[in-house]
Amino acid sequence: MSDKLVDAMSNMKEQEALEITQALLDDGKNPMDILDASSKAMEIVGKRFESGEYFLPELMMAGEMLKQISEMVKPKIKGDVNSKKWGKVLIGTVRGDIHDIGKDIVIFLLDVNGFEVRDLGIDVPPEKFVEEIRGFQPRVVGMSGLLTLAYDGMKDTVRAIEEAGLRDGVKIMIGGGQMTEKVKEYAGADAFGKDAMEGVALAKNWIGGAVK
Amino acid sequence: MKERWITASPDAEEKQEKRFQTWLSGENIPFETPEAEAAYKERVTLVKDAIQMKKVPSRIPLSPAAGHFPIEYAGINWHEAMYDYDKTARAWEKYQEDFAPDFFHSPRTIVPGRVLGLLGFKLYRWAGGGLRDDQEYQFVEREYMKAEEYQDLIDDPTGFFLSVYFPRIFGALKPLEKMPLLPPVHEIPLVPPAVLPFGTKDVKSLLQTLGQAGDEANKWNAMMVQVSASIMGKGYPSFSAGFSKAPFDVIGDSLRGTRGVLVDMFRHPDELIEACERITPFMVKMGAAVCKATGHIMPFMPLHKGADGFMSDEQFRTFYWPSLRKVIIGLIDEGVVPQLFAEGGYNQRLEVISDIPKGKAVWWFDGMDMARAKETVGKVSCIAGNVPLSLLCAGTPDDVKDYSKKLIDTAGRDGGFIFSTGAGMQGAKPENVKAMIEIARNYGG
Repeated sequence: MSDKLVDAMSNMKEQEALEITQALLDDGKNPMDILDASSKAMEIVGKRFESGEYFLPELMMAGEMLKQISEMVKPKIKGDVNSKKWGKVLIGTVRGDIHDIGKDIVIFLLDVNGFEVRDLGIDVPPEKFVEEIRGFQPRVVGMSGLLTLAYDGMKDTVRAIEEAGLRDGVKIMIGGGQMTEKVKEYAGADAFGKDAMEGVALAKNWIGGAVK
Repeated sequence: MKERWITASPDAEEKQEKRFQTWLSGENIPFETPEAEAAYKERVTLVKDAIQMKKVPSRIPLSPAAGHFPIEYAGINWHEAMYDYDKTARAWEKYQEDFAPDFFHSPRTIVPGRVLGLLGFKLYRWAGGGLRDDQEYQFVEREYMKAEEYQDLIDDPTGFFLSVYFPRIFGALKPLEKMPLLPPVHEIPLVPPAVLPFGTKDVKSLLQTLGQAGDEANKWNAMMVQVSASIMGKGYPSFSAGFSKAPFDVIGDSLRGTRGVLVDMFRHPDELIEACERITPFMVKMGAAVCKATGHIMPFMPLHKGADGFMSDEQFRTFYWPSLRKVIIGLIDEGVVPQLFAEGGYNQRLEVISDIPKGKAVWWFDGMDMARAKETVGKVSCIAGNVPLSLLCAGTPDDVKDYSKKLIDTAGRDGGFIFSTGAGMQGAKPENVKAMIEIARNYGG
């Protein structure tokens, strides 16, 4: 039954996935197994995205399904959900830029891949990044931006992190449609990602070893 | 229903030639000197030859997308640019004079802040409207149309925009919620109820606000007309006139938002496709309107959500391309040349987008393998592009020169090419813009 859930979710059959979930819950199945099946499906979706079979519509749709299934399942879980968070990522759209769609997709993918993500929102000043690095202590910092004015926002943020003496403790990735090797050098980041899955791959690589 | 815009009409070629002749004539342009007039005509001819693909232009036309670079170059901030129209006009004149690209890219994208403010525009934020003075205007993506409303949009796009969408995106237009449906107003007893809302206090005050916004837009427009005349009078033709979009982007950008429209592909595929079809005639009319009024030939069409990575090839062929292709054919039928500005990458789309009549459009690329583009869509359409904005912002003049030379060698040697940038040049270093224009002029000659 939970194999069917994995199939339905990974093949974008929303209605079927929700019905199976309901049936599993009605049968008194362990809600944790349902969440495990959902995670497995998300992993398949992620792999298909990486291989170029799936694109943004599937990522979004999978996210929608996961959200609904989690809402159905969570009331049945007693105590804390044993999340498999295995690394902290701090992320925000840098000062000047107010775009959030790209950033939100990266956050969503990091989350389903088992990262603990803190979202600083949009138009985030360098001081805010610094303050949050001190408090949250992430291993990876992600900076998002769509516009070219984000280049300077990124550069200023990296400099502020350096000046605060925090640069050695974090890996910094930048992401957005206009990001290239040149921009990475300009900003002083450690790496850049052209799309959301590249961001996930970078974070995994830095933190080391993927969680199965 | 009648199937339209599947194949180009037999007289499309003739209409296009006629429009080119009108554009070429430079009628109504106050040329400063006979040399300026000759330069104007030479430049129009370069682009005409590049588009029609019947002969190789005498040199490669040079038309980088100015974007918002002239504002930065003039050292004015965004608030000044959007509220002091004279400053924007002078910034554009300075840019054109100092860099002298072949074409004039209008400052009409520097929209008047007061007009947006009067209307309570929510679709964007701008310097003076929620952003700091140094921030360029930016889109605020939301679900402005709910998924359940597709049928309302399909039934009556105009009514939906007027009385549902506008009240949501313009704070000041909330009273338009009361507007009657228009097709029912066609019999004597139907007249009084139709005008009832116009007697209410809030609709009266709304009409006054619209009048004020109209006055302000006219002030701004007068400045735009003046700057166009002064720059074109020096021999620089305008590169585009008017605007249109892919129907899918109208829905995806402005109505449903990225998340909404992508999920609709699974939840509401038929309604999404039908809505795109319903938007299509509006995009054809809109794209041709300014060209008809000004004697120009190229409407600018920025393309967004069909880029590489946003959707699969199959999804592109199903949801994005059919209605966009109809807009393209519809414009071609009017003798107009759609300027298809493919933002981001379009490397996965080359085969599909090559399915258009020859010599009738410009495909303008950004993150594109231009050698492959030349071999594919470049056989049927003029291609333009694609010096990367990241290089202009973060590279050196030598980087820019190297890229530009390679670009000319791969895409520019046998016609059908317009040298340009991959995006509007906001953020570019002036020395890089200068290097690019110099090399394009000397190496592309």
